[in-house]
Amino acid sequence: MSKLDKSTALALLRQMMVIRDFEETADKLCLRGKVPGGMHNSSGQEAVAVGTLSAIAKDDVIATTHRSHHHTLAKGYSAKSVMAELFAKSTGISHGRGGSMHLAEVTEGHFGGNGIVGAGVGIAMGAALGIQHIGDKKIAVGFVGDGGMNTGRTWESINMASIWKLPLIILVDNNQYAVETFVGRVTGGGDLAKRASGFGLPAYNIDGQDVLEVRKYVSEARERALAGEGPTFINALTYRYYGHNVGEKGQYRTQEEIAQWRTTQDPIDKFTEVVISSGFATQAEVEELRASVRKEIEEAVAFAESSPEPEIASITQGVDSGKLGVQL
Amino acid sequence: MTTEVKAVTPTYSEAFQSGVREEMNRNKKIFILGTDLVERGGHFAQVKGIAQEFGLKQVRDAPISEAAMVAAGMGAAMYGCHPIVDLNFIDFSLGAMDEIINQAAKIRFMFDRPVPLVIRATSGVALGGAHHCNSLESFFAHTAGLSLAVPSTPMDVKGLIKTALRNEDPVIFLMHKKLSGIRGEIGDENYFVPFGKAKTIKAGKDAAIITYGYSAVTATKAAQALEAEGISVEVIDLRTLYPIDQDAIDAAVTKFGRVVVLDEAPLFGSITAEIAATASERNFKSLKGPIVRVGAVRAPLSANPAMSEAAIPSVDQISKAVKQVMSY
Ligand SMILES: Cc1ncc(C[n+]2csc(CCOP(=O)(O)OP(=O)(O)O)c2C)c(N)n1
Ligand SMILES: [Mg+2]
Repeated sequence: MSKLDKSTALALLRQMMVIRDFEETADKLCLRGKVPGGMHNSSGQEAVAVGTLSAIAKDDVIATTHRSHHHTLAKGYSAKSVMAELFAKSTGISHGRGGSMHLAEVTEGHFGGNGIVGAGVGIAMGAALGIQHIGDKKIAVGFVGDGGMNTGRTWESINMASIWKLPLIILVDNNQYAVETFVGRVTGGGDLAKRASGFGLPAYNIDGQDVLEVRKYVSEARERALAGEGPTFINALTYRYYGHNVGEKGQYRTQEEIAQWRTTQDPIDKFTEVVISSGFATQAEVEELRASVRKEIEEAVAFAESSPEPEIASITQGVDSGKLGVQL
Repeated sequence: MTTEVKAVTPTYSEAFQSGVREEMNRNKKIFILGTDLVERGGHFAQVKGIAQEFGLKQVRDAPISEAAMVAAGMGAAMYGCHPIVDLNFIDFSLGAMDEIINQAAKIRFMFDRPVPLVIRATSGVALGGAHHCNSLESFFAHTAGLSLAVPSTPMDVKGLIKTALRNEDPVIFLMHKKLSGIRGEIGDENYFVPFGKAKTIKAGKDAAIITYGYSAVTATKAAQALEAEGISVEVIDLRTLYPIDQDAIDAAVTKFGRVVVLDEAPLFGSITAEIAATASERNFKSLKGPIVRVGAVRAPLSANPAMSEAAIPSVDQISKAVKQVMSY
């Protein structure tokens, strides 16, 4: 990967700011009842999303989890279309059918968020098989949480990707908790990269709060995949600042632990330092960037608020093609 | 004037806790496993406080590994324990279907060994979208070897879970999301509800609605509305779907000859189809006209609240169905 230049650096920083502002804004709106069914806030995990999506091509495939606003925004979808989907409006990325957990734009390589833990890795693996079969120069990324690392389906897919040398990256968005369960309490062996390497693929534990580190590992994994060398497993250690679902607190972790991560490991703060110390922007310019992000998110909320509801009559439309009965 | 302090009656979730506690006190072979049970007490507080009271051997937090959870419960049941496997949402049972349908359900028949296993999960349509609102009752009821409880009141939750824990067959125990917080009496330690015994929850003279789960609530609302129009409707809550109370169904058909069967599962291949078909086979001559079924559309549930509501029966639709059978 080439040396970091100014425009890339500012783009990475801005994208992380968009995600943070989006999530904190949506969280408040959700508490006010604007997001039916609740949502999973990814604040704190921006570097995993932005590092990964900035290192792959626009038409590479991703499939992800129930916590996927950040992946979706980082793939380049507008805050408007994602916010509108959270509001379950017709202008949303999934036309209001999906909601927060089911953001997708399959024709453009976003194979969807998911309500089922671990399912995204399998779908991405299948996409990688399709890519290999057709001979396209693309890769697929399957996102999964630390909790999803204990579903059997995830490992069946990793094994298959390994034996068939599929162009796949398994990206663990490891925020260390599955709902209220600490990863260390339910993960035999503890070391996820070690677990994965038993399946015969390169596997790394990396710092998920460092956007450049995530970007570098994903970029190298992509090169290997494109060269026909098969899948890579990347376990990015990160942290979620808010509850599992909006409004949840719980006694399972201390306020000190949260504060510790926020004050010393925040991905946006850390990268802002890099941006300033590299001379890419002054503090004042960073603030300007933040203000432009604020405006973008405000516009997204206004767009979502004013968007129409989906047509009720459409509830049974699109379930299947309806053409199987036609004599060919 | 004396102010009477009325003790608050327990919730539907607390009724489950209560029944499980009582049975755990007398049978040490009962234990519970599932995700987020110990500190959180389950996603619906259905086992809150039980780990603190009985210890971590009796309540185990599991990784997100549904197939292994059911396998663990089933193997332990074959060995002589009486596990409760808490799958959180019934949608997640789909990752453990082989363990449930091919294994647990068939062992007694093939190997003459009881499988005293309860699989508890929250079910039903509420907000949550396509992956959290599947109505899978007919999958389980269709499978020989499984029994299926679908309580609609705290009293029935307690009475049925206690019966399940005194028996030796695999039971799928479905608790509806929208009922979690409803309150009611729960009976004492010796209160048991046998499987296969329906309950008339509202008496009537003209027609019957046969239903279960949350639909018992909507059916009652419809019956009350119809009362004002001079139509007296009986509402029968099946409480368990297998064994099913065929006597109660036969009695309703022969008494009224005008019957509506209601649930919120897609109509095609549903429990309501089973009930209507069997009723017409057995008591065709008593019917004044066809049995009318009311259920959901054949489509995944949307995240949009209005779309989701429109997919399942409304009070209005139920009233219309009753008027239709009254027109014969
Ligand atoms: C198969 C399945 N089991 C259980 C759940 C309920 N559930 C939703 S999210 C979640 C925790 C997931 O943890 P993790 O994979 O670490 O992702 P995170 O929420 O931390 O992003 C659970 C148990 C589910 N959605 N799907
Ligand atoms: Mg996690």
